[in-house]
Amino acid sequence: MDVGLLYSRIRPDEKLLLSELRDRGHEVHKVDVRKTTFDLNAPPEPLGACDVVLDRCLATSRSKYASRFMAHYDVPVVNSPETAKLCSDKVETTLTLSKAGIPTPETTVAFTKESALDAIEAFGYPCVLKPVVGSWGRLMAKIESRSAAEAVLEHKETLGHYEHSVFYVQQFVEKPGRDLRVLTVDGEPVAAMSRSSDHWLTNAATGAETATFEIDDEVERLAREASAAVGGGLLGVDLMELETGGYTVHEVNHTVEFKALNAAVDVDVAAKVVDWLETKVDADAGAAEVGA
Amino acid sequence: MSEATCVTCGDSVTLPADVEIGEIVDCGSCGTELEVVGVEPVELDEAPDLAEDWGE
Repeated sequence: MDVGLLYSRIRPDEKLLLSELRDRGHEVHKVDVRKTTFDLNAPPEPLGACDVVLDRCLATSRSKYASRFMAHYDVPVVNSPETAKLCSDKVETTLTLSKAGIPTPETTVAFTKESALDAIEAFGYPCVLKPVVGSWGRLMAKIESRSAAEAVLEHKETLGHYEHSVFYVQQFVEKPGRDLRVLTVDGEPVAAMSRSSDHWLTNAATGAETATFEIDDEVERLAREASAAVGGGLLGVDLMELETGGYTVHEVNHTVEFKALNAAVDVDVAAKVVDWLETKVDADAGAAEVGA
Repeated sequence: MSEATCVTCGDSVTLPADVEIGEIVDCGSCGTELEVVGVEPVELDEAPDLAEDWGE
């Protein structure tokens, strides 16, 4: 198959995918979105001839629009722009998970620092303040006192982009020093890992220690449901274990990185992703023939 | 393995055999993050600074 790859930086994750695709004889067309323009009429060459385009843009803003353009051109894209829209914005993700009945941390959104402070006080301390767009645990604040809340809110309002004046306040979930990442393809779990740290942030990007995690029935069900809620595709579903038992889903990542997962588990993650892509492209081609 | 020159300090940078355009490498001498902008021959440029919306 012909596979387009939208990128601006080739991370180890993209290298794993490129290697797997090429080893299987697929033609890969890398397109650097920094050097490309998208008009209303036709996709940038050679994306129009691709069986599928992978959106692997590092920047969320580029990912959202580039995938939207691919859909506009009727070029199959992973992930869909609808999924990108829901996953790239924490407010959208939280509302989507909540609407689907999937357990997710209690969250309140406020638009001024005064109302955000009210929301923080209502949660009590500690609670968490997150940017609505962002990754790798950056700009996340665990708020442990009113004075800290006042300072962080003032900084965000004064120094930040306008999106930082959308104050996303969330309950602090007491987790057992780790959270969980499940990589899914159209809801099917491929592999999972735990990410442990003494720090309250347990992102692999911040140096958390990773280990394979045996997926139990509830984690599988929640991963499937979270995937379905945002429209499926290639996703990283993040969960936390609750002290009271059960799980809560706090994030769904649509340009999922899997280098750390690949190293933590016995599964060849890139191979599983390419298996899924091959099946998906075959199914789409079959559906097109039936419809013709 | 191939080699290229760091655009910041001029020292030699060793690259993996499967180096890709768009990949980021660190200069072992000065620590600058370098973007691979060409592979035949290998060319390097300073990598863009981290932007707020980067991630997964």
